Amino acid sequence: MDLLTPGPGLIIWQAFIFLLLIFLLAKLAWKPILGSLKEREQSIQQALDSAEQAKKEMASLKADNENLLREAREERDKILKTAREAANRLHDQAQSDAKKNADKIIEDARSVIQTEKNAALRDVKAQVAAFSLEVAEKLIKKNLADDKAQKDLADSYIKELKLN
Amino acid sequence: MKKPFFAPKPTFFALILIVFSGIFSPVFASNEAGHETEPFNASEVILHHVMDDHQWHFADWFVMPLPVIVYSSEKGLDVFSSSRFYDEHHNAVEYNGYKLDHNHITLADSGKAVLDLSITKNVAMLFINAALLLFVFTSVAKGFKKNQGKAPTGMQSFFEPVILFVRDEIVKPNIGHQYERFMPYMLTLFFFILFGNLLGLLPGAGNLTGNIAVTMTLAVFTFLITNFNGNKGYWGHIFWTPGVPLPLRIVILPVEIIGIFTKPFSLMIRLFVAITAGHIVLLSLICLAFIFGSYMVGIGSSLIVLFINLIELLVAGIQAYVFTMFSSMYIGMAVADHSHDH
Repeated sequence: MDLLTPGPGLIIWQAFIFLLLIFLLAKLAWKPILGSLKEREQSIQQALDSAEQAKKEMASLKADNENLLREAREERDKILKTAREAANRLHDQAQSDAKKNADKIIEDARSVIQTEKNAALRDVKAQVAAFSLEVAEKLIKKNLADDKAQKDLADSYIKELKLN
Repeated sequence: MKKPFFAPKPTFFALILIVFSGIFSPVFASNEAGHETEPFNASEVILHHVMDDHQWHFADWFVMPLPVIVYSSEKGLDVFSSSRFYDEHHNAVEYNGYKLDHNHITLADSGKAVLDLSITKNVAMLFINAALLLFVFTSVAKGFKKNQGKAPTGMQSFFEPVILFVRDEIVKPNIGHQYERFMPYMLTLFFFILFGNLLGLLPGAGNLTGNIAVTMTLAVFTFLITNFNGNKGYWGHIFWTPGVPLPLRIVILPVEIIGIFTKPFSLMIRLFVAITAGHIVLLSLICLAFIFGSYMVGIGSSLIVLFINLIELLVAGIQAYVFTMFSSMYIGMAVADHSHDH
């Protein structure tokens, strides 16, 4: 059967041409094609990886931002608290200072009044003494005439004095 | 921007059109033969179409003579046109001491066969196939170079998925991590068979991939690559199959040794049969019209031929896939790491 008998001529040609084809195609086609395919696949993989990386970085950045924000908030609260305390302290201080001042003024006024009062008393005492001397003088004068009259006179003067 | 000269869709339809129009060419060719007095011999016509020839018979009125290259120890190397074997009335004649008898060139006086390196129809097909492969894939490679880091265009975008299919679905899973070493062979093998199958479906074309010499050579390549790359584990499995009782090993040994050869043999037969049988079926259906000598049968069989042609397109792809897949599998077995225990 010719159909089933491999012809030696065709075998030789086929082997030769096929080897040549493998060699030429490997050099001219398969190497650049497979190289480019691999390169492209790698670049796609790289792009995907870097996207993933960027996503992770974004997440960490966000967390950082939140931390910063929280810290800032805490800081603000602290500052506000100290400011409030300082204000309160100043307020109290001012109040106590004012009170002290007022007390001092009152004290001063009181001591001035006391001094004035003492001076006035002293004055009254001197006048009373003067009056007493005057009465005594008049009494002594009257006593020389009549005991009784003297006595009445003394009484009337004393009455006068009391009215004064 | 340059318009891609290879738009896949129109080309595909054009291909189908050519294939279908091809249904009629053998009809006309044989029709003229029918005018002669001798009765119509279907098997002769069919075998003539599927077998190799020293001339390219497109139609009875258009026969292209091909160069004959012969070598014999007696007469040395001789190159002449195959038309020398025919006189002006298409009768076979002897030329220069050579005789062409049923496609075999012998020495006229002694009847001794000579080494026939002629550019026969199939060798011419082989050249066309090789030239087409070179043209197509250097263009694809150029596309890759041009579109570095960009989306593929034109011919490149048509073949890129096919190349990826061969790499990711055929070679990589069957061979494993060493697959890159075998990629050039596998891709060449796949596209050689695919293009050969498709070219063989064209009207008037030679039956290249359905020729047993061609399939045998391809199978021998796979056989050689498999066994030259066979590692310790591979030969260990053949000569001293692990995990099998001693007496069985003696029985298994010849089976394994035969297995080395049956693998490429099956490759050879499968491709040859699939392609040749397809052609024979097509031609038989066409011959029905001449056997019955009826137009109605002709119309009916043409419709079936149309359908079979579609199947043949499918077979062209499947056979290229199967040959490449089994080659990958055999090579994969030879280079696999047998570190696992049985």
